[in-house]
Amino acid sequence: MKRTPLFNVHKELGARLIDFGGWEMPVQYTSIIEEHQTVRKQCGLFDVSHMGEIYFSGGDALKNLNYLITNDISQIAVGQVVYTPLCNHHGGVLDDLLVYRLGENEFLLVVNASNIEKDYQWIKEHVNGEITVKDLSSDFGQLALQGPESEKVLNKLTDIKLADMKYYRFSRGKLAGEDVLLSRTGYTGEIGFEIYLSPAKLEEIWHEIIDAGLGYGIKPIGLGARDTLRLEKGFCLYGNELSEGVNPWQAGLSWTVKLNKRDFIGKDALLESRQGYNRVLRGFKVIDRGIPRKGYKVSKDKKEVGIVTSGSYSPSLKENIGLAYLEKDVAGTGSELDIIIREKPVKALVVEKPFL
Amino acid sequence: MLLPKDLYYTENHEWIFVEGKKGTIGVTEHAQKEMGDIVFVELPEIGDNFEQFDSFAVIESVKAVSDVYLPVGGKVIAINQDILEQPELVNDEPIESGWLVEIEISNLDELESLMDDEAYAHYLEEGK
Repeated sequence: MKRTPLFNVHKELGARLIDFGGWEMPVQYTSIIEEHQTVRKQCGLFDVSHMGEIYFSGGDALKNLNYLITNDISQIAVGQVVYTPLCNHHGGVLDDLLVYRLGENEFLLVVNASNIEKDYQWIKEHVNGEITVKDLSSDFGQLALQGPESEKVLNKLTDIKLADMKYYRFSRGKLAGEDVLLSRTGYTGEIGFEIYLSPAKLEEIWHEIIDAGLGYGIKPIGLGARDTLRLEKGFCLYGNELSEGVNPWQAGLSWTVKLNKRDFIGKDALLESRQGYNRVLRGFKVIDRGIPRKGYKVSKDKKEVGIVTSGSYSPSLKENIGLAYLEKDVAGTGSELDIIIREKPVKALVVEKPFL
Repeated sequence: MLLPKDLYYTENHEWIFVEGKKGTIGVTEHAQKEMGDIVFVELPEIGDNFEQFDSFAVIESVKAVSDVYLPVGGKVIAINQDILEQPELVNDEPIESGWLVEIEISNLDELESLMDDEAYAHYLEEGK
């Protein structure tokens, strides 16, 4: 299994380690619920170095990248970040990623750990002209500091003007003396930052941030809380809500598909499927007792009408919540459904996302 | 680690406390730690009958679903209502207020296949 440069730090902290898409990652250090609350109320530090980075540059970079993705990056400024699906020719989602515009013709794509190789091959096969594509995943370590106190903590370590940094913007500069790329992004719905730096400096910076955050209640946070945090905000997770079997319309990501663009991979299929899909992603709350889990069936009047993609106890709401693909005609807010938990129907209600 | 002497233990990390034919059953300190934050417990109904090592309850933590198996066969005579409302009691006090069910043991001989506290402590050591 692959390990990040912080593996020994996680072990020393007594983290429980799990296999996460071929990476040995910390799922929790103390308690998922406690770590979850720390991020909502103070701030938490995540090792997300398993994420992949693909560098994209050259005179034809913009044109090629805009052809690969469904969102439109032609109007975004240097220093801006865009979230976008990467679709196949059928409009299925190959991955969801962040595009950082580093320069006029220079981009960094941040992709899901389990998809690095697939994305890299796909991208290389579908570009042409003056273009350089490099998999720089092993040249980057990545940390995420998330939570209401995160800005105060980082202010102790950097002269990058964090207060001026808008959501989905980034800056390059020094943090605790090291070169970093720092963005106002994250996967928790809290104010927070993601920090890209050399893997060789990762351990040092980890400790610098923890030390700077001691007066602010900082704690290391594992992937378990990362999952409950993103679920409360209704964010999609690749492999759960997103896959090649669904398109952005179904996943509620229509805002990321720019049909006005001249051409892009999957455009024809997406135009055609715009109305013609059956199941849509919805949020639901469990009313009876039971915790929904990925893969559980959803039924209405004993007829199967959907499948759960993510579900958990919500530490903030103290309720059991989930996301599911549901047949359109039963997917309206307020619709009452059954989640089939260990062969028993458990009552649930379709609700608006985000949950929190 | 809490390993009271009067209990018997299973390889799946359940405990049973025996008084006459009555057995009180729960999961061990080790089991609750492994599961992490427990957020849901599903218990059988009073009067349900189970064979030794049958799955009789389900404990869910934030991340995982775990079956709980009966150390010896018997009939359920009481369930711990408190843990249905406060599943975290199983984390806080797995061998006290976090007990799961009481049963009437059908065959006391089955206790012989279980571990005492020393054997269980040794078993945990080996598993490390």
